[in-house]
Amino acid sequence: MPAVSMTVNGKAVTGDVEARTLLVQFLREHLRLTGTHVGCDTSQCGACVVHVDGIAAKSCTLLALQCEGAKITTIEGLAEPNGPLHPMQEAFRENHGLQCGYCTPGMIMSALDIVRRHGNELDEHTIREQLDGNICRCTGYHNIVKAIAAGAKNMPKASTRQAAE
Amino acid sequence: MSATGIGAAVRRKEDFRFVTGSGQYTDDVVRPGETRAVFVRSPHAHAKIKSIDVGAARKMPGVVDVLTGAQLATDKIGNLICGWMIHSKDGSPMKMAPHPALAAAKVNCVGDAVAVVIAETYEQGRDAAEKVKVDYDVLTAVVDPAKAQAPGAPQIHADIANNTIYQWHLGDAKATAAAFAAAAHVTKLDIVNNRLVPNAMEPRAALAEYDVGTDNLTLWNTSQNPHVARLVIAAFVGMAPEHKLRVIAPDVGGGFGSKIFIYPEEVVCLWAARKVRRPVKWTCDRSEAFLTDCHGRDHVTHAELALDAQGKILALRAKTIANLGAYMSTFSSSVPTYLYATLLSGQYDIPSIYCEVDAVYTNTAPVDAYRGAGRPEATFVVERLVEVAARQMKIEPADLRKRNFIKTFPHQTPVIMAYDAGDYHASLKKALEIADVKGFAKRKRDAVRHGKLRGLGFSTYIEACGIAPSQAVGSLGAGVGLWESAEVRVNPTGSVEVLTGCHAHGQGHETTFAQLVSERLGIPFENISIVHGDTDKVQFGMGTYGSRSAAVGMSAIVKALDKVEAKAKKVAAHLLEAAEGDIEFKDGKFTVAGTDKQAAWGDVALNAYIAHKFTGQELEPGLKETSFYDPTNFTFPAGCHICEVEVDIDTGKTDIVNWTAVDDFGTIINPMIVEGQVHGGIAQGIGQALLEGAVYDKSGQLVTGSMMDYTMPRAHDLPSFHVGMTETKSPSNPLGVKGCGEAGAIAAPAAVINAITDAIGTEDLAMPATANAVWSALKRATPRQAA
Ligand code: FES
Ligand code: FES
Repeated sequence: MPAVSMTVNGKAVTGDVEARTLLVQFLREHLRLTGTHVGCDTSQCGACVVHVDGIAAKSCTLLALQCEGAKITTIEGLAEPNGPLHPMQEAFRENHGLQCGYCTPGMIMSALDIVRRHGNELDEHTIREQLDGNICRCTGYHNIVKAIAAGAKNMPKASTRQAAE
Repeated sequence: MSATGIGAAVRRKEDFRFVTGSGQYTDDVVRPGETRAVFVRSPHAHAKIKSIDVGAARKMPGVVDVLTGAQLATDKIGNLICGWMIHSKDGSPMKMAPHPALAAAKVNCVGDAVAVVIAETYEQGRDAAEKVKVDYDVLTAVVDPAKAQAPGAPQIHADIANNTIYQWHLGDAKATAAAFAAAAHVTKLDIVNNRLVPNAMEPRAALAEYDVGTDNLTLWNTSQNPHVARLVIAAFVGMAPEHKLRVIAPDVGGGFGSKIFIYPEEVVCLWAARKVRRPVKWTCDRSEAFLTDCHGRDHVTHAELALDAQGKILALRAKTIANLGAYMSTFSSSVPTYLYATLLSGQYDIPSIYCEVDAVYTNTAPVDAYRGAGRPEATFVVERLVEVAARQMKIEPADLRKRNFIKTFPHQTPVIMAYDAGDYHASLKKALEIADVKGFAKRKRDAVRHGKLRGLGFSTYIEACGIAPSQAVGSLGAGVGLWESAEVRVNPTGSVEVLTGCHAHGQGHETTFAQLVSERLGIPFENISIVHGDTDKVQFGMGTYGSRSAAVGMSAIVKALDKVEAKAKKVAAHLLEAAEGDIEFKDGKFTVAGTDKQAAWGDVALNAYIAHKFTGQELEPGLKETSFYDPTNFTFPAGCHICEVEVDIDTGKTDIVNWTAVDDFGTIINPMIVEGQVHGGIAQGIGQALLEGAVYDKSGQLVTGSMMDYTMPRAHDLPSFHVGMTETKSPSNPLGVKGCGEAGAIAAPAAVINAITDAIGTEDLAMPATANAVWSALKRATPRQAA
């Protein structure tokens, strides 16, 4: 089995994977980072969204081997251990942007990418359009939209925008 | 109101783990030596199994075992069952066909499991499953419920003629016919309530482990009711004695009804784990979920409403064919009967109602409860009839509703239910204001100028929740009681655990139940834990569905808290050397009436356990009480939803431009959580009305078998919602709560379709009202409407 190396949440990791092993399987099964979820098998739901070199990607639609040398951030890597929550995590909690919590990690990771691309002042229309790749069955999105707008406002400004569009 | 008590919008205890990715769902649990189960499923909707050859599969790398239905039968593993007996009009019992967890002789729907591969890894399991050779003799399938009973239709189960499970009825046929004969106006509608796929975002999963030393089985399972799962798997399937089987439902990623039922996969995992003596895990793919999760709705109905010349409703009648799919799922029989026809009175004083329901088998996935379960179907029938009648009689839809609202309570309907409390005028009035219905005419004129048709649709719905008084449901055929249990354990340090038979899968019980305890005992919210979902920890309980956890589950906690308080007062009396009758308890403090003597909650808790101030003969040590609460009635949440749409004349695309929901849920424990439940329900209701629909082709293939083909509502399909509340307390439980989990899904479809049909000026529109459907309806209605 081929070996793969990448940096996940700031830590260097390696593993032996089958060529067909998906990034999400590598994260969940090899690294036991189970915060990233699988909600579909057709790249529709976004429960699996992580950041690959700073950009949101569906980890169910990438092979682990494609991520050789990449820097991956998962939901587990957003807040410092024992530190405060990331403003976007806090905003989801404050605005009741989750119910069962299954879509939540993917929603939060996608939300951060929306801020990266569209800045800290997000209107409702932009958020709704940009959430096209994330499905939530519980909340009706009302409070997710509120949470993302609030979280975006509370995030540091410039630093979020450097990655090229 | 305290900051964490009843009525406060307390932020949820459970959220920290979910926003940090540290929740633990079934697939996140890993057991040492775990194997993976991969099912071999039928590609045919209806076929005889001629042979199954597992030889090649067994030789594949990593394969531990390959098991078939023949072995399941040899091992005497019993069938899955439906636990609610319905009798036909002629008195005969419903016809339940055998449902083995693995089909051995015949498959009856696409996705029916015929074998299972147990392998070291998921990939190895999949590779091996492809090597299982099944020789089928393909039969003609029937998928349309309206055709299932026709002469010459393929017979799905031996000995079950015309694929008919039961022919049931409710109400007074004669009185209803007489009322129709005397009516000044009759409105008639043919309605298809479209089949839905629940699609909780967490796919179903099961992990089974066998302990050779103790002969115990443990099942981690995506379940809304772990005790019921254990009971059925023990007592009916015969897997293991109840006390040798532990079921754990950890964090569960949404249910909406679909995780109530006992499914073949969990049975097979348990059986296989004992056979291979290693843990066996199965996690459903979404494609598998589309084929095998129980679907919802799927009714074909003809309905009629009789009115006098003044618009007073005289009678309602309906004839429904309900599709229950290939097998009868756990509670499937009750959904189109006692959860449906009993709600056909809506919010209205209707003297006579008669409803006939035929339930049929088809070669499709089993159909069972999905959010609302029967009540959305009933509301759709009633609210479409009322709206269309108003239009036909040229009466304002709100006005026709007002003329017929029930005004005094209790109110006995002709279809079993006794409504206990409500104020339907109040919710309608508030909704009319919030939705600015007065300004609608102008908005409609403005819309036309930019090529849009505006419409307004009402849905004044009612539901029966707080399911349910055990005696009542027993008399209607339920195989179980629908009480709930609670145990309140006070620890020596004064912190509290509540063990509840309810199960949370998004509802936030860890928060709302703790609010109740915090309010009653006056102790900090942080000092309270809610424990649920593990049959080894929690006494028997009935689980969460039917918006029952507040009305029934919290009532059980109230009862247990009453007992805790009574016992704590006894302890305090000894501690404070006072008469028990003089002890008062308030804000977490025990005082002696007329003195300044007092003891803190923690002191009394500690003294209950150290037992230094009283003898065991006077008082048992400890502070822990249990209660089993059986409700006295259903509860009847009701309200008014108003939907405003804009339809694009050129494309038929509908935009929901305004949504108003005013609901009466009785006492509200946490308004933030209640509003969230309303939002989610409305989204599912709008999904049914505009986007979702499971489609089988004639051969029984599920055409909408993935999220690419089945349209899940996304953020840009929905508006933000205006949510308001009115409040009449339910007299049927100590807190006055009614339940809020299903209201949105029940109210919404009728509001949407009433709005679109108002906009396009024709009633000839089926769900889902996709752009294509609306555009076609507009075309059919030409020359009047189409541009
Ligand atoms: S699991 Fe990746 S998009 Fe659904
Ligand atoms: S919170 Fe349950 S799917 Fe989004």
